[in-house]
Amino acid sequence: MTDGFLDNAFFRNIYCNLASSGSDRCAGGGPFGDGLLPPGWEWLAFLVTAFVTVFVVVNGALMAVNLYIWGERRLLGRLQGRLGPNRWGPFGLLTPIADLIKVLSKEDIVPAAADRLVYSLAPVLLVVPVLLAFAVIPFGSSTWAANLNVGVLYLIAVLSVESFAPITAAWGSQNRYAMFGGLRAVALLVSYELPLVLSLIGVLMIAGSLSLVDIVNAQDVPFALVQPLGFLVFLIGSVAEIQRAPFDLSEAESELVGGYHTDYSGIRWGLFQAGEFMSTMVSGAIIATVFLSGWRGFDFLPSHAWFFIKFAGVLFVMTWIRATLPRLRIDQITSFAWKGLLPLAAVNLLASAVLSLIWPRPSVGELWAMAAVNVVVAAAAIYVLGQFGPKPGERPRPAVAPALGATGREGAA
Amino acid sequence: MYGIGILKGFSVTALNMIRAPFTIEYPDRRVGLLGLAKASGMNPLVFALKRPAAAVKAALGVAKIPARLPQHSRFRGQEFVWYEERCTGCASCAKLCPLGIIRIVTDPSGRQTQEGEVYDVEVFDIDLARCMACGICVEVCPYDALHMGSGFERARYAFPNLMITVDELKRAPKRPSTWFRPQLEAKGYDPQRSGTADWKLVGRHETPTAEQLKRTWVDERTR
Amino acid sequence: MPIRTEPVTVNIGPHHPSTHGVFRLRVTFDGEVVVDAEPVFGYLHRGTEKLAEERTYVQFVTLSDRMDYVASMTNNQGFMLAVEKLAGITPSPRGVWLRMIAAELQRIASHLVGIGFFLQDLGAFGTPLIYVMRERERILDLFEMLCGARITVSYMRPGGVFMDAPQDFWPALDTFLADMPHYVDEYERLITGNEIVLVRTKGTGKVPAETLVNASVSGPMLRAAGLDWDLRIKDPYEYYGRVKFDVPLARESDNFARYIVRIQEMRESVKIIRQCVEQIEPGPVRPKEVPFLIRPPAGDVYAHIEGPKGELGYYLVSDGTIAPYRCKVRAPSFINLTLLRDMLVGWKVADMIVTFGSIDINMGEVDR
Ligand code: SF4
Ligand code: SF4
Repeated sequence: MTDGFLDNAFFRNIYCNLASSGSDRCAGGGPFGDGLLPPGWEWLAFLVTAFVTVFVVVNGALMAVNLYIWGERRLLGRLQGRLGPNRWGPFGLLTPIADLIKVLSKEDIVPAAADRLVYSLAPVLLVVPVLLAFAVIPFGSSTWAANLNVGVLYLIAVLSVESFAPITAAWGSQNRYAMFGGLRAVALLVSYELPLVLSLIGVLMIAGSLSLVDIVNAQDVPFALVQPLGFLVFLIGSVAEIQRAPFDLSEAESELVGGYHTDYSGIRWGLFQAGEFMSTMVSGAIIATVFLSGWRGFDFLPSHAWFFIKFAGVLFVMTWIRATLPRLRIDQITSFAWKGLLPLAAVNLLASAVLSLIWPRPSVGELWAMAAVNVVVAAAAIYVLGQFGPKPGERPRPAVAPALGATGREGAA
Repeated sequence: MYGIGILKGFSVTALNMIRAPFTIEYPDRRVGLLGLAKASGMNPLVFALKRPAAAVKAALGVAKIPARLPQHSRFRGQEFVWYEERCTGCASCAKLCPLGIIRIVTDPSGRQTQEGEVYDVEVFDIDLARCMACGICVEVCPYDALHMGSGFERARYAFPNLMITVDELKRAPKRPSTWFRPQLEAKGYDPQRSGTADWKLVGRHETPTAEQLKRTWVDERTR
Repeated sequence: MPIRTEPVTVNIGPHHPSTHGVFRLRVTFDGEVVVDAEPVFGYLHRGTEKLAEERTYVQFVTLSDRMDYVASMTNNQGFMLAVEKLAGITPSPRGVWLRMIAAELQRIASHLVGIGFFLQDLGAFGTPLIYVMRERERILDLFEMLCGARITVSYMRPGGVFMDAPQDFWPALDTFLADMPHYVDEYERLITGNEIVLVRTKGTGKVPAETLVNASVSGPMLRAAGLDWDLRIKDPYEYYGRVKFDVPLARESDNFARYIVRIQEMRESVKIIRQCVEQIEPGPVRPKEVPFLIRPPAGDVYAHIEGPKGELGYYLVSDGTIAPYRCKVRAPSFINLTLLRDMLVGWKVADMIVTFGSIDINMGEVDR
């Protein structure tokens, strides 16, 4: 038995109906008796099933992002005391489709000065890694496209490809606003990658595996309770990593118009938007899986339902954050990462290391004990950091750079 | 610096999520089953039995009922109300409009329209493309012939269609705004609810003396 | 070896999400830091002052609405004070009270807009802006009751206002006054204590008080520097001598101080309106004998009021005809902008936008 998409009953049925009954992967044969293909053609059955799986996951993700965009807009509306889009389709559900058609039918403008190749590559660089990330996420007790034994490593690797997108877009479009946005995005992503990964390591030590499925299986107590500090750092870090408010300074609308995608229009712009919303979804799914015990829950609901309840909860919190908080400045954001989150993540790592030395294979009771210890550690660490850490107090006015001529018109666009 | 203030902010947004939204839907309102039943004045259960198709639509969230904006009776709408019977063609409105966008041509042969004045108004063009609905033309009309309207849905695709002509003024439903018409307000007239008002109902807000008339609408510079 | 960087010049505006209209800033950045800023005005110039010379005094009321279009009532009020002074008209008491109520409501509305867009510039995703718009809608509803229009009100006339308030205005005003302090509390809960707002606004955009005075800045900006200068107290026009209120002050003269002064002024305005409602007396809203075509004697006057954005003054010269010979507007938004370069240079991009937002300008008034 592979640890892959064939774990799911639906995909295994497809496979077993195609492959012959003698195949070692499905001992009892498919539900409709013998396979359609003669013996020795298992590879074709495997290939077809793999295609179906990929098709379902990718299209499922793309449909889900539409639903999510609608949900987020309705929710933002309600948080702001408005109604949100409710005109097109039942409860406005078709609004994202209408937006898609609008975006598709718009003129695709490429600025004359743009580097065409780099310019067109950027949106793809944003979307493809996110779709790849969906591959390892367990949506239910046996529903996943792949159960990699290095799942977490894979996620981190794939998602850090995403950080190329802003700078690529900025460089490609040859726009000064875009350049500001792209450079800010790089500074932000580089700063937050570190606490983000550090806060995951605590989880990995307790679960003793890099596979997302194993991590979920290890969560007899949700890791959000066992690792409160790690959870906090990871939540903040992933909001920063996907560049949503209050960390949306790379596309800061009020400052940089659109940031790195200022010069994009039509479907390319649409891809950026879709990519951002999809990376929010991926973050939500990771948090739900790693910290909120994924598909596990009580028996009266199927495992998929539990996953989606937790997933929706995380997305709700992210939207809530977006609706409430104003944006931080670039220096505050980076110093928050280096002076705030990084020490907290390190403390969390240390505490987890010590605790997993004491209880190498924790039982449920030991997990609760860990949770208790970690809550105390978290409170103490936050208190100490707030008391003795760097204060974001009054900042002296920075020295003005040496004179450049009266108005600096030399470089005027 | 522990984020207490931020948490307070979260409580404010959460509170607003629970509150009723303040959006005013226009020109139609999406309603659920309860709203639709209420709009048709029935118990939701009775409604679902009597009109199952509409009930299903409402439950799916695609039912809509026309909605009107709440509007005060003084609202200065752009669709002017003009009473032929009262207008003497004195052209005070044309003269004192800050933008000069009213064009009036009169014919002295005319049938009598107002005591003492014997002009027939042939052209009465108001160029809505430039009108700013300030209402000064209404304020200066000495005979209460011109009133602000109550509607505002007079968008057109081309500028020439924005011109209100005398024919349109004659045809238009007469729902005058009570702006600068205290006599209408005293009668409790509301253009939204009370229906149309003819020129006798509208009346005069004051009967001016000859001396006042002179001061009100004769521009001495042009004498 | 120091890294060599090259300054870049960026055109901010005229079409930019946070230039509050069509305003253009030509900024030179060194990295994220502003090293030079050059404001360029005039994209919304409509020649209002020149147009006044061909309009009668009442006709110009409609144009004064369009100068500061988020504070039309106070524009009307300032102009009416100038006309009354010029023509020697004594206004009717009820008209004056109504004007004061309208002007204070307008001050609340204008400060609401100022705070909302200030927070929008800070990067809040529209939430505070939409909350303040909700309350502003209620004020505009009150204006619609008074005069049938919401933005371009044309409410005031020489000698008072054009028409008495309708019967349903008073209960609506009462409920609004009862609700407004709670709304202000809500903004304070959402904004004032928020750590992100604090670190973003405290200490940024500082200007010393002397500089403000030398640039003849007025309004909340001046009071945020601790200077107790409010024309409603220093030169009580209309019946401001008969109401009691405090002038909110802050010392720091930074972006946060400007914000908090505006919040406090809204509370004070509610107090003033309450006192006006108590003291208002029945009677005509404007003297019967004031004609539509006013013909003031030749001469000139200057009348000023404390507008929501600062000292709003009208200088009128009459040559004895029905139209002013010259009309000069002292527009607070325009004069408050004179310090812009000093306030921006040396700060980061994000601070630049916030500081610009904290001045609370209106391009209709800057360019006139
Ligand atoms: S409402 Fe004002 S602009 Fe329009 S026609 Fe009348 S006076 Fe002229
Ligand atoms: S001012 Fe009145 S009476 Fe005179 S022309 Fe205009 S509408 Fe007719």
